[in-house]
Amino acid sequence: MTIQNGTRSAVFKIVASAVAALSLVAMAAPATAAGGGAKHPRSGGFSFEGPFGTFDQAQLQRGYKVYREVCAACHGMQLMSFRNLGQPGGPFYDAHENWSPAENPYVRALAAEVQVPDIDTETGEPITRPATPADHFPSPYPNATAAAAANGGAAPPDLSVMAKARHDGANYIYSLLSGYVPAPQGLKMAPGQHYNPYMAGDLAPFWEGDEHHVPPGGFIAMPAPLSDGQVTYDDGSPQTVDQYAKDVAAFIAWASDPHAVERKRTGFGVLIFLLLFAGLTYASYRRIWKGIAH
Amino acid sequence: MARSGSIGAHERCDVTESVELNHDGHGGGDDATRRDFIHIAAGAAAVGAGVMMAWPLVNQMNPAADTLALSTIEFDLTKVAEGMQVVIKWQGKPVFVRYRTPKEIEEAVDTPLSALKDPQTDADRVKEGHSQYLVVIGSCTHLGCVPTFNAGDYGGWFCPCHGSHYDTSGRIRKGPAPKNLVVPTYEYVSDTRVKIG
Amino acid sequence: MSDHESTYVPKTGIEKWLDSRLPIIRFGADYMSLPTPRNLNYWYTFGGILTLCLMVQIVTGIVLAMHYVPNTELAFASVERIMRDVNGGWLIRYVHANGASMFFIAVYLHMLRGLYYGSYKAPREIIWILGCVIFFLMIATAFLGYVLPWGQMSFWGAEVITNLIGAIPMIGEPVLIWLRGGPAIDNATLNRFFSLHYLLPFVIFGVVVLHLWALHTSGQNNPAGILIPKERTPKDTLPFHPYFTVKDGFAIILFLILFAVFVFYMPNALGHADNYIPANPLQTPAHIVPEWYMLPFYAILRAIPDKFGGVLAMFGAIGVLFILPWLDTSRVRSMRYRPTMKVFFLIFLVVGVGLGWCGAQLPDAQVVPGMPSFQLLDGQLNSYLWLTRLLTAYYFAFFFIIMPWVGLKETPLPVPHSISEPVLDGGIPEKKG
Repeated sequence: MTIQNGTRSAVFKIVASAVAALSLVAMAAPATAAGGGAKHPRSGGFSFEGPFGTFDQAQLQRGYKVYREVCAACHGMQLMSFRNLGQPGGPFYDAHENWSPAENPYVRALAAEVQVPDIDTETGEPITRPATPADHFPSPYPNATAAAAANGGAAPPDLSVMAKARHDGANYIYSLLSGYVPAPQGLKMAPGQHYNPYMAGDLAPFWEGDEHHVPPGGFIAMPAPLSDGQVTYDDGSPQTVDQYAKDVAAFIAWASDPHAVERKRTGFGVLIFLLLFAGLTYASYRRIWKGIAH
Repeated sequence: MARSGSIGAHERCDVTESVELNHDGHGGGDDATRRDFIHIAAGAAAVGAGVMMAWPLVNQMNPAADTLALSTIEFDLTKVAEGMQVVIKWQGKPVFVRYRTPKEIEEAVDTPLSALKDPQTDADRVKEGHSQYLVVIGSCTHLGCVPTFNAGDYGGWFCPCHGSHYDTSGRIRKGPAPKNLVVPTYEYVSDTRVKIG
Repeated sequence: MSDHESTYVPKTGIEKWLDSRLPIIRFGADYMSLPTPRNLNYWYTFGGILTLCLMVQIVTGIVLAMHYVPNTELAFASVERIMRDVNGGWLIRYVHANGASMFFIAVYLHMLRGLYYGSYKAPREIIWILGCVIFFLMIATAFLGYVLPWGQMSFWGAEVITNLIGAIPMIGEPVLIWLRGGPAIDNATLNRFFSLHYLLPFVIFGVVVLHLWALHTSGQNNPAGILIPKERTPKDTLPFHPYFTVKDGFAIILFLILFAVFVFYMPNALGHADNYIPANPLQTPAHIVPEWYMLPFYAILRAIPDKFGGVLAMFGAIGVLFILPWLDTSRVRSMRYRPTMKVFFLIFLVVGVGLGWCGAQLPDAQVVPGMPSFQLLDGQLNSYLWLTRLLTAYYFAFFFIIMPWVGLKETPLPVPHSISEPVLDGGIPEKKG
């Protein structure tokens, strides 16, 4: 057998192994598919998608504003601290200043706007005080039972990792928030329920119309939370439901995976290194096996 | 290798010696059996010691005293609307309390026992005079998922994991589950309150 | 180790002193100079890749355990704290989580390679059985580890899998309660799963040592399936180092590239979104699926309408691998010279992937949407239920019927007398072109 032949068959085998590996991986795909007959989320056209995408800082700032003024009334983000807003990649990070996240004056001001529960260090009595950057975002309800009781039995979920907890997270959040439409005629709805075509679910048992045309989506306990002009933007962005939904979806996507940009950047370097390393090792391999029949 | 070989030889010598000594000292062929018995007894004691040491290590995994302290909960039945169910948590598991409609009760009562995989009458599954309230542990008897309310082919529950269908009495009708939804121990403390556990 | 003459000569005084007390350098040197069949192809590099996977999992796992809290109230948040606040924690956690999938990709290819080239046949039965033990321990370890983040899939996966034990008649229920440490999956369960998840990789490591010991006693198999230790000639073999260290090394780097793509660009693609929802014992997710590497076995479990029968079939699907060396009746090891068996092997591959696909679908869903169908016993013929049953039947038939039967009936191609024969005579027949 000639060397040439050996190389070609080696390359073939590498390709074959890669194909075999990927076909195994492909089996994971159905596992991630969203269940139910929900409508496929619309694309929010987000800047952070793709291997080189980064977050739009102005969008994250607007998204935080929407969260704080609208969502935070019912939804906690327990895993987030105010300091996170000022960490590298965060909405209020300033690359030109040498502030630590806790020193960041924007973060300090934003934290101070919010009251958090504490214990008085002298009397031991429960008190509230303005938050500091180290504090976690306070939850609107003391516990899950209280949250459920105040919302007709459905506790509003924590939003800290919501973009990771739903398939196609950011697009899903954007589509859901901006996708409320009146319920179709013939859908039996219990009080306190709302229809949303992007919500997971199966509406067949509640549908009295044509059984082959069951409406997509499901019931959601949250009424449409956003309305045009509800939150004031200072940067001239349109104050519409669509824009609010996009911005808050971007903010939640960042909060769910705050190191995403750092991860992709690191990955780029790692892959470049590995490719060079592979090339060098292949050259070494060719040299060692030179003239060896196998 | 050489060294270990010589140790083996030594041991063999010792054994031969002791055999001869015993033989001289007591005489009779029974000694061989008695000696074997002693070795077997010693070996058995070693195994026994091992088991005795292993048992606490195995047993510690059984439910601890605080876990075993069975909790009971009381529930106010007026919280359930007709045709609906309320899910409460008891011993880490969901319990369904279902207020059945007359039509659902009728369906459950009219089902012949021959149609059931795990035959049980509806009357056996509710308390006398309270047949509208069905109390069952909301854990599919197949692999423990929580069945969804008011779904499946028999109007009771449907387990989304592996497709078991339960009727309005919580009895298994179709699918891989082997048993009916379990009715926990409970009693009526008043006309509108039940104590579970 | 046994048949290979040691060529190590201690040079310095210190080496001589050490060699007469603990010949560890000799051990390493002999390992590196081990005569290795010269025709090993890239399918033979997965052993090295798997060693790397085990090391990566152990090292990242030990580091993660420094930050993880095994408590139902804190576990989910502690994992997220690793991802957010621990320095570089996101990298370590994503490597560990995706590392499990990479480990299984490699182990499946490694096992399929063994199956194809007859690496389980005498005198290598013990190597194969030890490999099956490792595979079983890997499944157990992966399952225990998946519970630790205490998300919805963690909780319900634990619920479903522990309930499998409850299916055993008589002893099932007490064993189930013993295993969980209470009537339901709770803190006691999470705590012990963490302990066992930490322990098992070291047990795997121990079995890997035995696996390699057995391998070096019987000698490596090779694509031609010939050459057992006593037939070895210098023409057939090459020293392990540098020839196979560099080949394994190259393959490992290619594997790392795949690994890195997942870790850095799609770290959650192999997981399930529901596992980022904290565990809720009162609500089952709409669609429970195990991790992809368990899907074929999960499909077999669901194919059987009886609960205990399903459990038996699932464990049987792994158990049958243990007796594989005695099911294959062929005198020829490598399927390279078994054209009939090769066809059945390719079907087996498709069936394996198909079972994995079925495991991720709802059993009642239609396979071909809209195709007319009819009720057959307990389900529509055009449903994943029946497709899964068909594939399950082939899975078991492959081992219990096809393997013994084809081995007796088929006429294998002529097998070369030695490795060097086809290599030095101008190419192994099937590699032409």
